[in-house]
Amino acid sequence: MVQDPFGDLRELYQEVILDHGKHPRNHRHPPDASHEARGDNPLCGDRITVYMRMGASGIIEDVAFEGRGCAISTASASLMTEVIKGKNESEARALFECFHDMCTKDDADPHAHGPVDEDALDRLAVLAGVREFPVRVKCATLAWHTLAAAMTGGLKASTE
Amino acid sequence: MSPDASDPRCRPMPAHHGLPAEPYDLDAVREDFPILKRLVHERPGRLGKPLVYLDNAASAQKPRPVIEAMTRCMELEYSNVHRGVHYLSQQTTDAYEAVRDKVQTLLNAPSRENIVFTRNATEAFNLVASTWGRTFLGPGDEIVVSVLEHHANIVPWQLLQTENGFAIKVIPCDDRGVLDLDAYAALLGPKTKLVSVTHGSNVLGTVPPAAEIVRIAHARGIPVMLDGSQAVPHMPVDVQALDADFYVFTGHKLYGPTGIGVLYGRKELLASMPPYQGGGDMIASVSFNGTTYREPPYRFEAGTPPIIEGIGLGAAIDYVQTLGLANIGAHEHTLLEYASVRLAAIEGVRLIGTAPGKAAIVSFVIEGIHPHDIGMLADQMGVALRVGRHCAEPLMERFGLEATCRASFGLYNTIAEAEALVDAVQSVKEFFR
Repeated sequence: MVQDPFGDLRELYQEVILDHGKHPRNHRHPPDASHEARGDNPLCGDRITVYMRMGASGIIEDVAFEGRGCAISTASASLMTEVIKGKNESEARALFECFHDMCTKDDADPHAHGPVDEDALDRLAVLAGVREFPVRVKCATLAWHTLAAAMTGGLKASTE
Repeated sequence: MSPDASDPRCRPMPAHHGLPAEPYDLDAVREDFPILKRLVHERPGRLGKPLVYLDNAASAQKPRPVIEAMTRCMELEYSNVHRGVHYLSQQTTDAYEAVRDKVQTLLNAPSRENIVFTRNATEAFNLVASTWGRTFLGPGDEIVVSVLEHHANIVPWQLLQTENGFAIKVIPCDDRGVLDLDAYAALLGPKTKLVSVTHGSNVLGTVPPAAEIVRIAHARGIPVMLDGSQAVPHMPVDVQALDADFYVFTGHKLYGPTGIGVLYGRKELLASMPPYQGGGDMIASVSFNGTTYREPPYRFEAGTPPIIEGIGLGAAIDYVQTLGLANIGAHEHTLLEYASVRLAAIEGVRLIGTAPGKAAIVSFVIEGIHPHDIGMLADQMGVALRVGRHCAEPLMERFGLEATCRASFGLYNTIAEAEALVDAVQSVKEFFR
């Protein structure tokens, strides 16, 4: 039997990730964005811009991104845009904290950062495989760092 | 796995730089590098993969004679240098200073006094920028670099630029990665004080016509600095034939240890430069009323030098000289030809850097697949590649790329390893299909 040369990586490169990596959702520049920030991962050459439109009620009405990176960073950005829409800033930040824990800790507690959308966290769980590959954690979290910078009003985020 | 000798794509290439090449015993050479025997990604329940090390342009592996020379130094011959009257200090000093002679021979420098030891090539650039540059560059002056440069030949100048206010001009290249010599000549003028260019692109493998570049600059009285980091390990280099004014390289890419590099400088240039760092070993006499400094090269070597690393570099030089750098270049060229032809034949693969006579570096991209993903998947098959911007962001921008994959060959690589690279690329494509 031929051993799958990429056996160890199947956990990381799941179908959902390959799909979002190839066909990212919300990969566009919305003309009416109220916040934006640029993210840069100089190590691998990923550069993305995250745009969002924050409504008067503090709800994130639209979120999108431009730029392409590796499959992991593109898929993560794509999934992020899907789960963030409709949340307010504190909900989005709590989700980021939980997602970050999931990418870096083996025994992450989903309740460590207060109430969080557990369905959204379940969707993001496809990226949890990066914790076995420390160099890829930056890829998975770049879009989120950039989103956080956009919410803060900063112009540029970097994973370095 | 082995290529078909009748396949014209696999025909042996003429020796590098037209020098007669004698093939060496590759199996015996590989025996000299202990790390080449190891498996990667090995763990209980999973067989490891043989290491296919194709990241030599980042750093090369170490042969046993280098490892043994460093160990022997520490076990039997170690002491500080240049300052002891005791037996060991003299022995260590002699061994360390003998390496200066070996470097002189390697580069065919006129004298051992031309050879300054540094930490690496980057420090050699910083040394020249902060001594020669700080003294001789000012507002209204210009220096000329090329678009091929590693950050080590860009950033030290930019750091100095903020203080000294000179301009940096850039020689462009064409889509193959060949420098435009007409544009180069047109950049030179009365304000030009220095030309500093690579003798081998770490991304594209381009080997610029260094002697021609020097000739053009010298016709206008402009000194030239060459970055030999990617040249010295792959071809015979003769700084007198090149007529270079400064020439730098690093030990760890030449199969030596990290922590030691070399600056070659023309005698009168070195003599005109103030010290780089202050401290022990670089002084003639110290007093609170004023301190005087030693002559080059010692003026630029403050503090205890990298003694053990120097000994290792000496062994590395002996090693490559024994094989012959022309032979090494010819062998690597065969690998380059093979890998280039095979990779270019894969649909969706684009080679970045196709200059004639290039060194054994293959940069490539695969349509629709990010280099980072390629590198990680190839690594699962044991194939070590470099991916990213390769410390050459302006060059990436020139080619409109965020990143590339780079395979770089060394003296110990085999055709089977070039084939493993091709296999890996095909498997990665399959994975992302």
